[in-house]
Amino acid sequence: MKTALPQAGLGARAFDFAVFAGLVLAVWQLAHVVGGEVAMTSPLGTLVFTARSIASGELWPHFEATLGAFAIAYVLAASMGVLAGAVLGYHRLSGEVAEPVLVAVYSIPKVTLYPIILLFFGIGIGAEVAFGALHGVIPITLFTMNGVRNIKPVYIKAARTMRIRPYDLLRTVLLPATLPEVFTGLRVGFSLTLIGTLLSEMFGSRRGIGFMLMQAIGLHHMDIIMSLTFLLVMFALMANAAMLVIDHRLHRRA
Amino acid sequence: MKLATKLRVAVLMGAVGLVETLCQTGAIARFTMIPPSEMASSLWRLLYAGKLQTDMTRTLLAVCAALTAAIVVGFVAGAVVHAIPRVRRTIDPLLSAYYSVPVFVFYPMFIVLFGLNDIPKIIIGFLYAVAAMTINTLNGLDRVAPVLLKTARVFRMGRAATGFRVVLPAAAPYLFTGVKLAVAYSFIGVVGSEFILSSGGLGYQIGFAYHNFDNRTMYALILFILGLVMIVNMSLHAWEKMLMARRGYQ
Amino acid sequence: MSDAHVALKGVTRVYQRAGQEPLEALGPIDLDLSAGEFFAVVGPSGCGKSTLLDVIAGLSQASAGTVSIEGKPVRGVVPESVGVVFQDDASFPWLTVEDNIAFGLNRQGMDAAETNRRVAQALALMGLNDFARAYPAQLSGGMRQRVCIARTLVLQPRLILLDEPFGALDQQTRLLMGDELLNLWRKTGATILLITHALDEAAMLSDRVGVMSARPGRFLEIVETGWPRGRDSTIVASPDFGRVTGRLWSLLRAESLKAMQYQTGAARP
Repeated sequence: MKTALPQAGLGARAFDFAVFAGLVLAVWQLAHVVGGEVAMTSPLGTLVFTARSIASGELWPHFEATLGAFAIAYVLAASMGVLAGAVLGYHRLSGEVAEPVLVAVYSIPKVTLYPIILLFFGIGIGAEVAFGALHGVIPITLFTMNGVRNIKPVYIKAARTMRIRPYDLLRTVLLPATLPEVFTGLRVGFSLTLIGTLLSEMFGSRRGIGFMLMQAIGLHHMDIIMSLTFLLVMFALMANAAMLVIDHRLHRRA
Repeated sequence: MKLATKLRVAVLMGAVGLVETLCQTGAIARFTMIPPSEMASSLWRLLYAGKLQTDMTRTLLAVCAALTAAIVVGFVAGAVVHAIPRVRRTIDPLLSAYYSVPVFVFYPMFIVLFGLNDIPKIIIGFLYAVAAMTINTLNGLDRVAPVLLKTARVFRMGRAATGFRVVLPAAAPYLFTGVKLAVAYSFIGVVGSEFILSSGGLGYQIGFAYHNFDNRTMYALILFILGLVMIVNMSLHAWEKMLMARRGYQ
Repeated sequence: MSDAHVALKGVTRVYQRAGQEPLEALGPIDLDLSAGEFFAVVGPSGCGKSTLLDVIAGLSQASAGTVSIEGKPVRGVVPESVGVVFQDDASFPWLTVEDNIAFGLNRQGMDAAETNRRVAQALALMGLNDFARAYPAQLSGGMRQRVCIARTLVLQPRLILLDEPFGALDQQTRLLMGDELLNLWRKTGATILLITHALDEAAMLSDRVGVMSARPGRFLEIVETGWPRGRDSTIVASPDFGRVTGRLWSLLRAESLKAMQYQTGAARP
């Protein structure tokens, strides 16, 4: 029942999107007018404030802290997730044993586990990295596992009829066949690792964007809150859009 | 029981046993983690004394509010967007990017706007859950086979009858998936918000116990929340399987 | 107005396409079906066979010309005396076999006793007795198609339109389903219009076979088979059967070639 979309040109799409974006900005502006400067900064005000705080350089130490913890957490989540996913996908029984557990852990409020991580690692970058990686590793494992599981046996058969050596089989058949799924996992894992890192900063930390956000609540600094929220949302959306482009390209080929 | 299920139970029990031993022997210090057996007995005492009731009620009410709003708004939004291809075209990319945004970063803004009460955490729970419901409603409506709609016309059914008797039951499995995800997400949103900063609820009590070095209460509460959410999620999963089995799917 | 059961006069179907020239899918078609006749339509893929069925059923509107059933014009609504069975599985997966079959009767507000009687009869007729409480997902494709046929039969239609109902089934099952269809046709006395791409199926089942051209589909010739009413699938062994299918293929070969070239882009209609 998917309605066939009329062949809309790029112009029409851009127009529709502009209308939508305009609507969002209008609602935001309206909230600002109704609620006043204290309740909500205007879109333009937020933009100006953001530009000014970036220029002043006072954001940088916090931004670097968040980015550093996030980067380490993501590298950890990605490498552990791909490795675990490959093993669980290849060894069917292990995969069958682990999958429901992974899915269950995926859908619980993991934030409640953060105090445990704090007790083990102490407040600091160690706990932030561990918590960020904990969020990201599960989807990467699950997607990789499914990618490996779903390699069509006929590909391997076909490769064997061509007498391909094991290393070449991995390089020319197995990796390209699983890459699209693995990449989707890496994209989803990216977003979740970011959430995990920010959450850890919001609860117990002395640095980072998450910490700044929480600090601003006490002082009712709506301009800081709005501009940081805006920055984080833009960062997440743009990173996701870039990865989505690669993701689509990989899946179209597959 | 299937071999994988047996192994899973064995592995999980082994893991709990290992942690128990490590804690009992002091390999893991008491101020880091208490043995699982003590977590359970501590939880039992808390439940028996009725000390969790207030916070549990508060959390569950917030989850229910967020969930109800998410299901209603998500379903209606999905149905409306599905009916208008032009809106669909604009909204689709936003929906697929939705879960890349860390929704929790909006929490401070809502606290400043609405104050430190239950409204901000309900909004966060709602925001987490509503997109899952919308996406799955769209998905379900997309997958109603055209031949079923043709069949409805052969039976001379009107719009309302087609909607209730054909489209809704055909899309039901996907709507159920939406509800299932919405439940998990509204729990994550509400409990997560409570934990970061709030004036009450189970998540708040965990943070409170942590800051007071009260490990017995903290671990008991963590066990309780995770157990509660897992039981709810697994019951929904089992119910879904039963419904699918009734339709003859394995 | 002719006294034919179904009468088509100058029927065409043109699809308007934004930014492109309109697509002529069908016609013009003139056709009279007499009451109780078994008529099959064969034609190359994409020739508009299914469009023809949709237009007759009232599922889509003719761009020009008129369709009338039992003397009444068909306009956008499926007449009550018409039943349709599609190629795609149209059984409702959320209803048991018997509830599926009773669906149309319940919509009409038929009383329970009569509904049960008709459902029981249809179950027996279609060999579904053991599966009354099963769900469609538990049945094979052939069994599900029986459910759809039974769901149509209980409404006692005087005209049954079948759009490649056996298209998704294997060859042996198709022959057997063909036999059952002939039985139903004799028992109900209904007029049947069968759309198919299988020449042998058309030749074996029908009194007359309409052979359609490549798009826009129109009738090249209407072939009379001359079979007795009591026929069954054993006629595939008779020399006459070879003569009929041979005639159908000689008419269709050039058209199928054309249709294939449209698909690969080697030629345009």
